[in-house]
This record gives sequence, structure tokens and C-alpha cells, in this order.
Amino acid sequence: MTSSVRRLADSVLPAAALVAMVAALYMVFVYVPSDRVQGIVQRIFYFHVPLAIVTFLAFGVTAVGSALFLWRGGREWDRLAHASAEIGMVLCTLVLITGPIWARPIWGTWWTWDARLTTTLILWLIYAAYLMMRTVSGPGEQGARYAAILGVVGAVDIPIINRSVYWWRTIHPAVLVTREGGSGLSDPRMGLTLGVSFTAILLLFAWLLWLRTESARLRDALEDMRQQVVGQ
Amino acid sequence: MTNLGFLFAAYTAVWVGVFLYTLVLARRNRALQREIDELHELLERREVR
Repeated sequence: MTSSVRRLADSVLPAAALVAMVAALYMVFVYVPSDRVQGIVQRIFYFHVPLAIVTFLAFGVTAVGSALFLWRGGREWDRLAHASAEIGMVLCTLVLITGPIWARPIWGTWWTWDARLTTTLILWLIYAAYLMMRTVSGPGEQGARYAAILGVVGAVDIPIINRSVYWWRTIHPAVLVTREGGSGLSDPRMGLTLGVSFTAILLLFAWLLWLRTESARLRDALEDMRQQVVGQ
Repeated sequence: MTNLGFLFAAYTAVWVGVFLYTLVLARRNRALQREIDELHELLERREVR
């Protein structure tokens, strides 16, 4: 990758993410009206939902990167898959934290073994296992291949999470597309705020993915240099 | 806890989480870069000899 692209990613991505974040926070706390039924706490939705969608994207990138690594080989695909899994774990953890904080005042409980909550926890556990496998196996090719298989298979849970609110009886709301069809957002400002928040989280993901893949690239370069030092 | 408290707790969790992870990444990258620079120096010194 050219150094100009590198410089651009180092400066433009964090700046764009920061601007989008500030705009999203302004819209969440000032611009958007409160939900008539849930009141002010419904505003958690504007970060909880984009975090969940970008979590799926992150684990989707892991699955695609893992599949390409298994098919074509090449450290860059493995680096991408590993980096995206780590960021996906951070985002998924935030989804599993913000969800119960929202659920407590609305459902009266922090957690319930609802289909969507349970399948999301399973997704977290699958990719926790992926990351543990990476840590235990070290930098070798074989460990990367075993983890890549898990990276691909684990993504099967993503469409299950997405469809869970339609397939099973759950108390988790289906807001973006309701069970009856159509949008569950009553005010156009809600849709706009959600769009800006989603853009902010997406830019944040892109920046973190860039930083994390750079970290992996440096680690591989370091490993190569170590081999060179030992070989001399 | 009031509903405002729950809202505050959720956004605080998001920001603390993102900030801590970014900090960990930045520190990890700095440490790796330092180690690479040291190895570069070592290799150069060996080549001079």
C-alpha cells in the first residue's frame, strides 16, 4: 500500500469518524424527539442498533477474510479476518452491555433468555472462541487455518439473529422492519438520526480496522525480521 | 436509577469501551514500531561489521 493512502487513512478516517460522532451525539440528545411510550431511555436505540449492525458487518468481514484465506492463502486475508473479529468482539460486547441497560427500565429485567438475546450471546461466544484459538495457537499457519474454519462457520449465526424476531415469539422489538412490515420509526427525524449514528459507527469501525490491520502487518514484519536476525 | 441515568450509563459504556480499545491499539502499535526500529538498528550494525 502506498504511503499516501496510508497517510490518508491515518488522518481522514479518524477525523471523519470524530465529526460524524459529534453530529450523531447532537442529534441523539438535542435534535430527535423522545419516543411517546418509552420516553428518553429509547435514545439508547440510536447507538445500540448501529453497533449491532456493524458487529454483523465485522464478523461478516471475518467470515469473508477467513474463506479467502482458506481458498487462496495469503497472510493479508488472515490479518483482515483476525483484526475484524477482534473489533467485532468489542462492538458485540457493547451491544450486550447497552441492550440490558435499555431493557431494565422497559422490560423490568436486565436479561431474559429471549431468542435474539440468546443468539447474540452465542455469536459473542463463537468469536470469543475464535480469538482464544488465535491466542493459544500462536503465529503458525495451522492455528490460523483452524480459526478460519470457525470464522466462516460462526457467521451462520448472523442471519439467525436477524430472523430470530420473526421466527420465534420474542419480546425483543423489531423496529427497522416491524413484524407486520413497514418501519417502526414514527418520526422521520428518528430515521435521520439513526442514519447519522450508523455512519458514525461505520466510520469508527473502518478506522479501528485500519489501525488493527496495521498492527498485524507490523507484527508480521517483526516476525520476519526476527527470523532474519536468527538466520544471520 | 432514573431513566436519564440508564441513558447516561449506556452512552458512557460505549465511549469508555471505544476509548479503551483505541488506547490499547495505539499502545500496541507503538510498542511494535519501537521493536522493529531496534531490530533494524541491530541488523544495520551487523551489516557494517
